Amino acid sequence: MAKKGNESLTTIIVAGSLCLVCSLLVSFTVVNLRERQAKNKELDMKKNILMSAGLIKAGDDVEAAFSKIDTVIVDFESGEITSEVDAKTYDQVKASSDPKMNVKIPANLDVAALSTRAKYAKVYVSRVDEKIETIILPVKGKGLWSTMYGFLALGADTNTIKGFAYYSQGETPGLGGEVDNPKWKAQWVGKKIYDANFEVLFTVNKGSVTDATANKEYKVDGLSGATITGNGVTTSMQYWFGEHGYGKLLEKVRAGEI
Amino acid sequence: MKIKELLLAPVLSNNPIALGVLGVCSALAVTVQLKNVFVMCAAVTLVVAFANMGVSIIRNHVPNSVRIIVQMVIIATLVIIAEQFLKAFVYDQWKTMAVYVGLIITNCIVMGRTEAFGMKNGPVESFFDGIGNGLGYSFILIIVGFFRELFGSGAIMGFQVFELTKNGGWYQPNGMMLLPPSAFFIIGLIIWAIRQRDPSQVEEQ
Repeated sequence: MAKKGNESLTTIIVAGSLCLVCSLLVSFTVVNLRERQAKNKELDMKKNILMSAGLIKAGDDVEAAFSKIDTVIVDFESGEITSEVDAKTYDQVKASSDPKMNVKIPANLDVAALSTRAKYAKVYVSRVDEKIETIILPVKGKGLWSTMYGFLALGADTNTIKGFAYYSQGETPGLGGEVDNPKWKAQWVGKKIYDANFEVLFTVNKGSVTDATANKEYKVDGLSGATITGNGVTTSMQYWFGEHGYGKLLEKVRAGEI
Repeated sequence: MKIKELLLAPVLSNNPIALGVLGVCSALAVTVQLKNVFVMCAAVTLVVAFANMGVSIIRNHVPNSVRIIVQMVIIATLVIIAEQFLKAFVYDQWKTMAVYVGLIITNCIVMGRTEAFGMKNGPVESFFDGIGNGLGYSFILIIVGFFRELFGSGAIMGFQVFELTKNGGWYQPNGMMLLPPSAFFIIGLIIWAIRQRDPSQVEEQ
């Protein structure tokens, strides 16, 4: 221990050098492991994409399955494929909060209260014999507590749902958090988004969907105790599949232009 | 003190959870699946060991007035490093327990050991004391995790042992085992069993 007069000086020296050593240790670890972590993150995202479309089961080789899928960048405005940004590195989630890369959603169209969306969409397409079989679209919506991020997979008719899953959400476990329940997600498969005039009809029902429910092909069961989460899911589907969302792109797909 | 004693005493006779009732928060939080338990135990054991050793190395140079914050800095550094390693090598487990890894910083066992042992003993003893306490913590967590996964999901380490009714089997899982409070019951039973064997641990009335 230091003598009395020197004590504050010793304190500063000890604290300072300790902080220096510790910060060096932390930065050394972070820098050296960054590459590995980024790889893990990428692999995890690929897994999420494939899982949402039901293209792999747990334990399958993610890279092999993902290599069969094309990643394309689509301009929301025109619905056309663009090469403005690099499909490999583009991050739609980041872009939607970057003033240079996003657009403001007009208030009357902003049913899901998202306020901005990215200019370009990162869309995943799986083809069989050159023909589109599945289109996987990123969707995000506001639940009760959190922004929920997920993917929705559509069939070639751009209407039938082939799979759906959120990969990140922070809703109440057991209530809103049940959006992750495999049983609930399984109901989405085979449901339709649009009616004959391509108006979005898909909703999360209030209560369960039975044979007596009107328009049951457009509805999935409500989650009990999670009305606001359910509404968030419904409005996000209305936004993303509406005119301002993927509407234009899906029109082009139906016309066979993509 | 002998190293063997430093390593083994905290497992049964001086267990940080069963006798000290420290570190219960994470014992409740991460014990739904045994896989996560093992990752958490390894992380905590290494953090306690190295924090204890680090504190012990500089114990004679640390002014008394800042000793707690100095210990916290060392612990926090090690926890961040541990978390980075988990993120790089066992990403899936890290994802399911991300918050709790960060919370090792506030695990009372770590700070309890650095303050009670590391500040008073040499680096080698401190290191083994840390490992020993980590093993004591792991011992309880593995038992809790084993029963919670077995009765909550009918599985051990992810392998289905009891066929669940929803998959056409016979076992109706016990939903309570999936919730954190069930760990309280199991820890309570473990404490009872340990004190039955060694009545000297029972508090005086």
